Amino acid sequence: MSGPKLTNPVARWIDHRLPVFTFLHHEMHEYPTPKNLNYWWNFGSLAGITLVIMIVTGIILSMHYTAHVDHAFQSVERIMRDVNYGWLIRYIHANGASFFFIVVYIHIFRGLYYGSYKAPRELLWILGVVILLLMMATAFMGYVLPWGQMSFWGATVITNLFSAIPLVGESIVTLLWGGFSVDNPTLNRFFSLHYLLPFVIVGVVVLHIVALHRFGSNNPLGIDVRGEQDTVSFHPYYTVKDMFGLSAFLTIMAAIVFFLPNSMGHPDNYIPANPMVTPAHIVPEWYFLPFYAILRAVPDKLLGVLAMFAAIGVLFILPWLDRSPVRSATFRPIYKIMFWVFLVDCVALTYLGAKPAEGIYVILSRLCTVYYFFHFIILLPALSIFETPRSLPRSIGKSVLRGGNGAPAPAPAAAREKS
Amino acid sequence: MMTLRSKLITLLLSTLISAPFSIIANSAESIAFPSQEWSFNGPFGTFDRSELQRGFQVYKEICATCHSLNFISFRNLTDLGFNENEVKAIAAEFQVEDGPNNEGEMFERAAIPSDVWPTPYKNDNAARASNNGALPPDLSLIVDARSGGADYLFALLSGYHKVPAGKEIGEGMYYNAYYPGNQIAMPSPLVEDGVEYGDGTRATLVQQARDVSAFLAWATEPNMEQRKRMGVMVIIFLLVMTGLFYYSKKKIWSDVH
Repeated sequence: MSGPKLTNPVARWIDHRLPVFTFLHHEMHEYPTPKNLNYWWNFGSLAGITLVIMIVTGIILSMHYTAHVDHAFQSVERIMRDVNYGWLIRYIHANGASFFFIVVYIHIFRGLYYGSYKAPRELLWILGVVILLLMMATAFMGYVLPWGQMSFWGATVITNLFSAIPLVGESIVTLLWGGFSVDNPTLNRFFSLHYLLPFVIVGVVVLHIVALHRFGSNNPLGIDVRGEQDTVSFHPYYTVKDMFGLSAFLTIMAAIVFFLPNSMGHPDNYIPANPMVTPAHIVPEWYFLPFYAILRAVPDKLLGVLAMFAAIGVLFILPWLDRSPVRSATFRPIYKIMFWVFLVDCVALTYLGAKPAEGIYVILSRLCTVYYFFHFIILLPALSIFETPRSLPRSIGKSVLRGGNGAPAPAPAAAREKS
Repeated sequence: MMTLRSKLITLLLSTLISAPFSIIANSAESIAFPSQEWSFNGPFGTFDRSELQRGFQVYKEICATCHSLNFISFRNLTDLGFNENEVKAIAAEFQVEDGPNNEGEMFERAAIPSDVWPTPYKNDNAARASNNGALPPDLSLIVDARSGGADYLFALLSGYHKVPAGKEIGEGMYYNAYYPGNQIAMPSPLVEDGVEYGDGTRATLVQQARDVSAFLAWATEPNMEQRKRMGVMVIIFLLVMTGLFYYSKKKIWSDVH
C-alpha cells in the first residue's frame, strides 16, 4: 500500500504518529472499485449523506424544541414561524426522513437484484439490516415529537403492539410509556432515544463501511474483481460520480422541500395531540406501510406482530436462503423475473397498508403477505437448486472495454449495465 | 428486452417517487370538492395583499367571535401590507390581561404588536359551553390541518346548502355539502354583505369565503413566499451544479470507457 505524498511537514509529522492521512488516502482515494458500477450503486453514499443531513438539521431543531406535552406542538410551530429559517430546517428534516427511506429502500433492492448479500458479504448485508431496523425505530420516535394527532395515536397503536407478547407484554408497554398511557414520560424518552439512535446508526454505518472495504463493492456482473484492470481508484472516478448523483438527488429533494413540503405528511399532525379524540384513520408514515399491511393481514394480534418483525428478520438469514452461487440477476433468468414480481408485491403491500382493513383489501393483503414470505422461504432456496444460470463473463475488464475480444455471449448484457 | 427493462425501471422510479403522495391523497376520505385558482398556488405563487386584508377583516369581524388564532401575533400583520402604526392601532383595539404587577395583581391593558391574537374564550370548556358542546378549533394551522387546504375551507364556508330531501339533521347541527358526514355544529358564519370592505369590493358570501380562506392560508404559513422564492433559486443553483458534475464525470471517465 502506497501512502499519500505529503509535502506539508506538519501533515507528515502528524501522519507518522497518527496515520490519518495514509488511512484516508487508502480508503477514500486509491480504494480500488469495480469500474462497471452503474448508477444504482450511488445510493449507498447518498444514504450516508442523507444521514448527515438528518443529524445536522436534527441537532439544530433540538436547540429550539421543547419535549413536553404542553409545549412540544407550540415549540415546533415557533420553529416554523419565529426561528430564523426554522421552517427550512424543519421541512428538510421532516422530508429528509422520507427521502432517507426512499434512498435506503432503493439501496436494498439493488442489493437484492445483484446478490450483494452473498459470500463474502453476508456480514455487510446483516449490518445493513441492523441499520434499517435502527432507522425505523428512530423515524417512528421522531414522528411522535411534534405531538400532533398522528404522533400521539401512531405512538399509541405501535407501542400497544408489544402488549401481544405473552406474560411480559403489558410490562413492556408500561416500560415504553413510562406510565399507563402515552404521556409526558413517553414523549421525553422518545426524544432522548431519537437523539441517541442516529449516533448508534453512525456507529453501525462505520462497521458497514469497514465490512464493505474488506472485499470491495459487488458489481453489476456479480463476479469477483480479478486484478487492477477491473478497477479504478475511488477518487476521482467515484467521487465525481457520487457528486453528480448527490446533486441530482438534492434537486429532487429541494423540489419537495420548497414546493410540496407537506405532501408526505398527514394533515392530522397539524392538529395538537388530543387523547380524547381518535382520528378517523390512523395511518403510519408511508415507509412503514408494507409492514403495517403485513401486521393487519394476520387475524391474530401476536402472530401479526411476529409476522411484521419476521418480514425484516427474514432479511438477516437471506444469505443462507439464496444458495445460488451466481450473484447478479443478469445471469439468473428466473430470479430476474421473480425479483420484479417481489418488487411489485412490496409496492402492493405499501398501497394496501394505506387502505382501510376491510373487504377486498384484507384478502389482497393476505395474498401479498403470503407471497412476501413465499419469495424468501420457498422460492429462493428452490431457485438455488433448479435454476440454470447463464454463463458468466470471464472478467469485468474484458466485458467492459468496448471492442475487447474474448468476451463471450454475455458481453452485450454487461455493456448494457454500463450505458 | 432492453426497452422492457428501461420501461420497468421508469415504472419503478415513478412508482417509488409518486407512491407516498398518492397514498396520502387516497387516505383522505372527504367529500370531493372543486379546486380553486389561488394567487398562492404553484412554485411562483404569492399572496394577494388586498385579498389578505379583506380576509383579515372577515376573520376579525366574524370568525374571531368563536375561533382563536393562537400562533399569530399582531406584529405578524405587517405581512398583510399594514404599516407599523396601523398594526399598533389594530392591537390597541383589544384589551389583554397582563401581570402580575408589583402589587401582585393582574391588570388589563391595551394590546401591543408583540401580543398574541386574543382568544375569544378563557378555556376550552368555556368555548364548549357557549357553542352547544362543540369546540371551535384554533384557525392558525387550519389550512395544513385539513386535507384539501384552502380549497376545502372555501368549499365548506360556501357549502351551506338547503338540506336535501330525506336527510336527517341532528338537533343544533347544520347541513353542509362538504363537511365530512354533512352535519356541522357551526351555523353558516357568512352572509351576503356581512362585512363592509374598505376597498369597495362587494362582500358577497362567495367573496368573503374566498378572502378568509386566503387569509387563513397565510396564517397557516406566513413564510410561504420566502420559501418559494428561495426554492426557485436553490433549484436553479442545483440544476447548474448537477450539469457541471455531469460533464466533470463524463470527462474524468473518458479514459476508462
